Amino acid sequence: MKTELICAGFGGQGVLTIGKFIAKAGMKEGKNVSWLPSYGPEMRGGTANVSTVVADEPIASPIVSYPDILVALNQPSIDKFGDSVRENGVMIINTNMCPHGCKRTDIQIISAPMSDIATEIGSPMVLNMIAIGIIIGKTGLIKYETMEEDLTSFMKAKNPELLEKNLIAIKHGMEIGKQ
Amino acid sequence: MAKILMKGNEAVAEAAIRSGCRLYFAYPITPQSELIEYMAKMMPKVGGTFLQAESEVAAINMVYGAAGCGKRVMTSSSSPGISLKMEGISYIAGAELPCVIVNVQRGGPGLGDIQPAQGDYFQATKGGGHGDYRTIVLAPNSVQEFADMASEAFELADKYRTPVMILADGMLGQMMEPVEFKTPKTQEEMDELGNQHNSWCIRPNEDGDKKHHHEINSLEIDPHVLEQHVNELYEKYAVIEDKEIRYESYNVCDDNEVLCVAWGTSSRIVKSAINELKAEGKNVGLIRPITVWPYPYEAVKNALGKKVKSVYVFELNTGQMLDDVKIAVEGKVPVEFWGKVGGIVFTPAEIKAKLEACFK
Repeated sequence: MKTELICAGFGGQGVLTIGKFIAKAGMKEGKNVSWLPSYGPEMRGGTANVSTVVADEPIASPIVSYPDILVALNQPSIDKFGDSVRENGVMIINTNMCPHGCKRTDIQIISAPMSDIATEIGSPMVLNMIAIGIIIGKTGLIKYETMEEDLTSFMKAKNPELLEKNLIAIKHGMEIGKQ
Repeated sequence: MAKILMKGNEAVAEAAIRSGCRLYFAYPITPQSELIEYMAKMMPKVGGTFLQAESEVAAINMVYGAAGCGKRVMTSSSSPGISLKMEGISYIAGAELPCVIVNVQRGGPGLGDIQPAQGDYFQATKGGGHGDYRTIVLAPNSVQEFADMASEAFELADKYRTPVMILADGMLGQMMEPVEFKTPKTQEEMDELGNQHNSWCIRPNEDGDKKHHHEINSLEIDPHVLEQHVNELYEKYAVIEDKEIRYESYNVCDDNEVLCVAWGTSSRIVKSAINELKAEGKNVGLIRPITVWPYPYEAVKNALGKKVKSVYVFELNTGQMLDDVKIAVEGKVPVEFWGKVGGIVFTPAEIKAKLEACFK
């Protein structure tokens, strides 16, 4: 079993971090993983994306051409990667920043106002955690417990309040994903 | 030890430190900057020296000096910076000193761009600097292998007193994969490493006897002396060619009709295409040179078997390894080439389409 994921959005939305947490959790659950970021003369507000692969078998190419899951935190991400999502694949859309959405009917689309939800939880920073929650709720690619353990290990002492908000965001995302 | 998720650039730095490297001189350049950052952070913690030189030329000459003192020393850069180091590498090869150079390749020529490329194959394997010398060149294709090659490179450098290059690229430097490190060298092992080159390296002359002084030099003004020196180097390279060839065979079997040859990042993409074709009942083999010098000519030749009708070379350049593959194949079957340049990495689907055409 191999799951290929592309996360894309504006620089600063935490897209690279989504991939990193998924890869790290996959690794902790005994899977093979790879994480390949776009890099270049990029800046906050520019575009960023990351290819992440989680697999039982050794990973050959870390480059993802046809993702099973696309996390699109803004409209340019849908425009760029929308057509490449595999048939019956999953597209997770942040409706706050994707005014035109996606017109495909052969994939499963989960839309949520993720920026608004993050603000309600109390920090725009947890936007990416909502996306991770949706992935967990919808696909079960990684376990919530692995995420909680990982976040707790480095956040509890430093910033317990933010840890709490992150965990709330993941759980909220899981609810959306399960619907 | 548990696996850690790490970038290739960081993993090779950590592995170098664990292998006993305590001296590192370099100048920053994308896409290898995490390597120099990691060294800046970690070297002071292990009692080593990190120095950001004023240029790549200065850095490689600091390596020259440190290697002359018999210490494990490393530098790293990306393509344009490696070009600047070439004069120094030639001197180091001429003076027969051990050191490790990491090249995290980017698009060229000139300043090019900062995306992954394999355009430095000629430079790395066919000389690079002036004069008649070779550099052992190791080409990783995963973060784990990138890290493992740090210790292997130091071992080879010490064994043959020659510069060893690890030839990676922007993708391997920037990507993260789980990596498992070897236990760091103990103090005892470090002491041993520190003394292994005492018979020839520059060190304090403890007894004051001038006969015990050592010279490190790449200048031999007498042609007959230089002739002998170059011949001795050549003999050393012949031993390396005999003993140190490394390669990987992937899905090489009797019913292969097509054989691929690819190295580094390219080989990862080619493997994906091979896996997909295998699922459709088409067996394509791959020879992946791990040492690109010395080159595994025999392995490529032997993999031809009886049925292979064509050989396909895939690289992120315009065909720099093609000549080596042709030498290996000895004209027995046609050798095709396809590559991408400019820092664009081909996809498994593109490679698969190229290979499928061979079956038509």
